[in-house]
Amino acid sequence: MPLHLENLSLTRNGVRYLDRVDATFRRGRLTTVIGRTLAGKTTLLRTLAGLQAPDSGDLKLDGVSIASVPVWKRDVAMVYQQFINYPHLSVLENVAFPLLRRGLKAPEAQSRAEATLAKVGLSGFAARRPSQLSGGQQQRVALARALAREAPILLLDEPLVNLDYKLREQLREEFRGLFAEETKAIVVYTTTEPAEAMMLGDEIVVMHEGRILQVGTPVDVFERPASTAVAEIVNDPPMNILPGAVVDGRIALGSYRLALPAHLSRLAAADYRFGLRATDLHVDPASEIAGSLVFAEISGSETFLHVETAFGPLALQIEGIHDIALGTQVPIGFSTERLFAFAADGALVVAP
Amino acid sequence: MMPKLYGLLKYSAILLWSAFVVAPFLWALTTSFKTANGVTGGPTYIPWLQYEPSLTGWRSLFGGAGGIDIVKPYLNSIVVTGSASAISLVLGTLAAYGLSRFDYRVGPAKNADVLFFFISQRIMPPIVLAIPFFLMLQFLGLLDSLLGLILVYIALLLPIAVWVMIDFFNNIPRQIDEMAMLDGCTPFGAFFRVILPNSLPGIIVAGLFCIIFGWNDFFFAFTLTFTDAQLLPVAVVALNSSVTPWWSLSASALISVAPLVLIAFLVERFLSRGNLAGAIR
Repeated sequence: MPLHLENLSLTRNGVRYLDRVDATFRRGRLTTVIGRTLAGKTTLLRTLAGLQAPDSGDLKLDGVSIASVPVWKRDVAMVYQQFINYPHLSVLENVAFPLLRRGLKAPEAQSRAEATLAKVGLSGFAARRPSQLSGGQQQRVALARALAREAPILLLDEPLVNLDYKLREQLREEFRGLFAEETKAIVVYTTTEPAEAMMLGDEIVVMHEGRILQVGTPVDVFERPASTAVAEIVNDPPMNILPGAVVDGRIALGSYRLALPAHLSRLAAADYRFGLRATDLHVDPASEIAGSLVFAEISGSETFLHVETAFGPLALQIEGIHDIALGTQVPIGFSTERLFAFAADGALVVAP
Repeated sequence: MMPKLYGLLKYSAILLWSAFVVAPFLWALTTSFKTANGVTGGPTYIPWLQYEPSLTGWRSLFGGAGGIDIVKPYLNSIVVTGSASAISLVLGTLAAYGLSRFDYRVGPAKNADVLFFFISQRIMPPIVLAIPFFLMLQFLGLLDSLLGLILVYIALLLPIAVWVMIDFFNNIPRQIDEMAMLDGCTPFGAFFRVILPNSLPGIIVAGLFCIIFGWNDFFFAFTLTFTDAQLLPVAVVALNSSVTPWWSLSASALISVAPLVLIAFLVERFLSRGNLAGAIR
């Protein structure tokens, strides 16, 4: 049975953190909530946990409203993006703490805490204080404390964001294994990173400015983003959105004209916003479209080029490490068969 | 070479400072065993060799000739300072936690105003409070009583406790409270099980301040008592007569400061460890 959010709204100091949010979270399923900073992700989780009361709307678990159940009775486990542990307790005591609060006998709580610590790879650290651990280990303690409870609702608020890159990748892998065992709980995981959302989520909820823009499987959301906003949020770097039009059976981008690819051939003549991923642009000396390089960044074995063209800025992701002087005119090739077409109001019209 | 020089300078400085701090105590100690002749005969430090030691000073504190009985004021001071500090610490810690975590509204007044009210009690010069306190205690029939003094001292010490503790609580992330509640604690449970154990250093500092201020107060002890509820600082001053009895004053100074020194030693270890710093990132 699921957790239903019905028309949740929350405004504080004139900022709309939640704007008529409707959603359903199911048991045994991991839902990732993706959105930029201030999209309302944390507020959503805090509302689910009971740490914040919505201005309006209702929360129903298995059909019963839990909106007025106080935090301490709600049986929700949560992991914060900061590494929150009890400084005065040992690692083992930290993990056993919620178990004891819920009436487990000490020996049972201890053995369950030990088992959970083993699961997150911290068996040898049970006697230490959290302050004697590294950041990654501290977050594992927090995770163990949340997992040990076997709470019906498990919330994770950007749990990896404060870790360094390597550790983030490693823990993300481990999370996948840990959550695969979660067959009874509702797990909600927020992130700003598309890769994380796609990799962990059975289902993705895309949030922007307090609203839910799209809900779907990772493939759905990635391949058929409902709007330009979604396309920008679920792609890293964000999808290029180019204002243009279809004129005389061709695509018009500023003064440039491109042939209509097959999947767009039925597009009526009108203004559109065309979307193209950074990976679907390339440096093509034969292309007549060019832009001046304003910024280049090397990421692993790829190079991101940020180029200013006559019809707006473009981001290209190209293979290999390239050292190109800023200001250089970069000729840009379009993989037009990968073009998304959005209506002028941002709604998806055709996906490749 | 450089670290050696640095160490040398460091220890010289520490040594110098220690001498500076300890010298008055040594002076008081030797003086407390002197008589009039020993005091007026110039600076002398070594008993038997430089002056003839005598117990006159110490005897005078326990009902000896020309002195007072210090035992009763001493016990009074312990009772008043102890109870007032303990009550202030309990009330102050609870008040500070409330002010740190919850939003209050009393008419137009909010948390910051309530806090300022507490602090304003210490901004006023004590003399402003003396007459109202006197009249209130008189009305309650509590002049020259330990209970009256305890009440007044709570009013004086509570702001200190609130002040120290609110700063401490404000530095404990709220997420710790929230986590405790998510883990099944009521707000009270979160305070007692999680916040309080992590606040020990703050509580010790606040308690230390309360005890020092209470123990050393002369003004209110002087204005609000006559004979029955005399406190130590007043009794010590009462030693002074036409001839200043340096030996008695020195002895009384030493036993006055003794409890504070003892507490400082007991508490020192708690202050240096158990710090929250680094425990939460």
